[in-house]
Amino acid sequence: MNKVLMQGNKIIAEAAIRAGCLFYAGYPITPQNEIPEYMSERLRQVKGGVFVQSESEIAAIHMVIGASAAGARSMTSSSSPGISLKQEGISSLAACELPAVIVNMMRGGPGLGNICPAQGDYFQATRGGGHGDYRVIVLGPDSAQELADLTMDAFELADRYRTPVMILADGMMGQMMEPVVFKKPKPRDYPESFIMKGAGAGKSKIIRGLILDPLEMEEHNWRLHRKYELIAQKETRHELYKADDAEIIIVAYGTGARIAEGAIKRLREAGLRAGLFRPISLWPFPTNELRDLAKKVENFLVFEMSTGQMVEDVRLAIQGRARIGFHGRPGGVVPTPIELANVIGRLYDRKEGIIDRIV
Amino acid sequence: MMVKTIFSGFGGQGVLMMGYTLAHGAMSAGYHVTFLPAYGAEVRGGTANCTVAVSDDEIASPIASKPDNIVVLNTPSLYTFQNRVAPEGALFLNSSIIAVEPSRHDVRIFKIPSSEIAEKLGNPRTANTVMMGAFLKTTGLVPPDIFLSSMETVMGSKKKSVIEINHKAFAAGYKFLK
Repeated sequence: MNKVLMQGNKIIAEAAIRAGCLFYAGYPITPQNEIPEYMSERLRQVKGGVFVQSESEIAAIHMVIGASAAGARSMTSSSSPGISLKQEGISSLAACELPAVIVNMMRGGPGLGNICPAQGDYFQATRGGGHGDYRVIVLGPDSAQELADLTMDAFELADRYRTPVMILADGMMGQMMEPVVFKKPKPRDYPESFIMKGAGAGKSKIIRGLILDPLEMEEHNWRLHRKYELIAQKETRHELYKADDAEIIIVAYGTGARIAEGAIKRLREAGLRAGLFRPISLWPFPTNELRDLAKKVENFLVFEMSTGQMVEDVRLAIQGRARIGFHGRPGGVVPTPIELANVIGRLYDRKEGIIDRIV
Repeated sequence: MMVKTIFSGFGGQGVLMMGYTLAHGAMSAGYHVTFLPAYGAEVRGGTANCTVAVSDDEIASPIASKPDNIVVLNTPSLYTFQNRVAPEGALFLNSSIIAVEPSRHDVRIFKIPSSEIAEKLGNPRTANTVMMGAFLKTTGLVPPDIFLSSMETVMGSKKKSVIEINHKAFAAGYKFLK
């Protein structure tokens, strides 16, 4: 296997191509511009590949809807403000049960914010984002290798459940270079019957999100819900780091988890037993796995590059079984491991305080 | 072992190239490595910098709050980064352009007139490679032959003469520091 040194954005694009992505549409925005740049070059070399720099983010996501209905593995990417614009289309993808991969390289917000790495789009990503009763599978990579692996997995999950999948990373993941090995993706297994390519003599195929009969729409909602329940049962992913003997567990994802690992290394050198719980699937959130950990650990600290969003999922998981602290740096600030280590050190052997205090 | 280095200078001086080539070389030498560029509204003549971490263990954070080395090619970069270098760390500066003295006295300071050396060799644009020669002579982070073959890989499609002059520039920088 060949190890190559590549930038995060380009890794996603290359992994998508290798996974058989044939259609990409997008509109430029920092810090993810290398994705469309790379796709424009590579899709040209792939048989049947189509690249469109669309007139807007809204146009891009709707082109993805069309390409997906036509049977192509399809992708779009953007950064926070652009992802907000795409929500109407993501809701439609969910309603029409069409597979697609959406990449969000988060930046500081709200509004146009800035172009620095941030994690303020957690709510938007994990709660559906657009209107209506739906969920999006959300994966949060924390290394170059995971950017490649999770992008390939995203296409597979999207096909298997016929639902949009989001890669939720940030500007630092997108810009950083690290060595990566591209694994061989599994061949695509997507039934012909879902593809809009003419019904022939058979029954006509209809893909629609507009269902005017409320009872029919209700049944559609419950059917989607059952699918999401199944995903929640089968597709949660997480990783533990030095958690076996930990007195305090840091819960962090993506870039935040990288910083937390640095802090944990420092604390371990000083003799403090800190560990990490890193959700990889942000929706479905690894609720049960985190709850199990709360049986033996009393102190948790949630660290996010936001004012506190994932902390709500942590509270729901732990349900008052342990103390939960929070440290956040929103707006595009990437703190150092030293800063986080100081915060953890302060909370390390907290014995008092309200269990599950509202931060 | 964990060594973090910040490279900084004007956009166009080849600062990102230095960091990228070092990262590529370190990867080829079998180390874990991360390369983090400062990104944004960067323009030619503006400032550019990048952070390279090289370690024999997995690298947690790619950011350097206390870099072991800084390599600065212009005066604004010296002002920006000199206070960050870890005590006992190393500061490499392009003395052809930087006329001021660093304010730090607890770090090792290496002054290399890299722009002048590069000019004498016939191509002022190789000042960054001169610097890398001096940098690797001192730090020994990556063996010179591995670095040079990475440099050829990174330059890839460039003309053969460009690669040759960069080899010369590297050797000149390497020889400059005793």
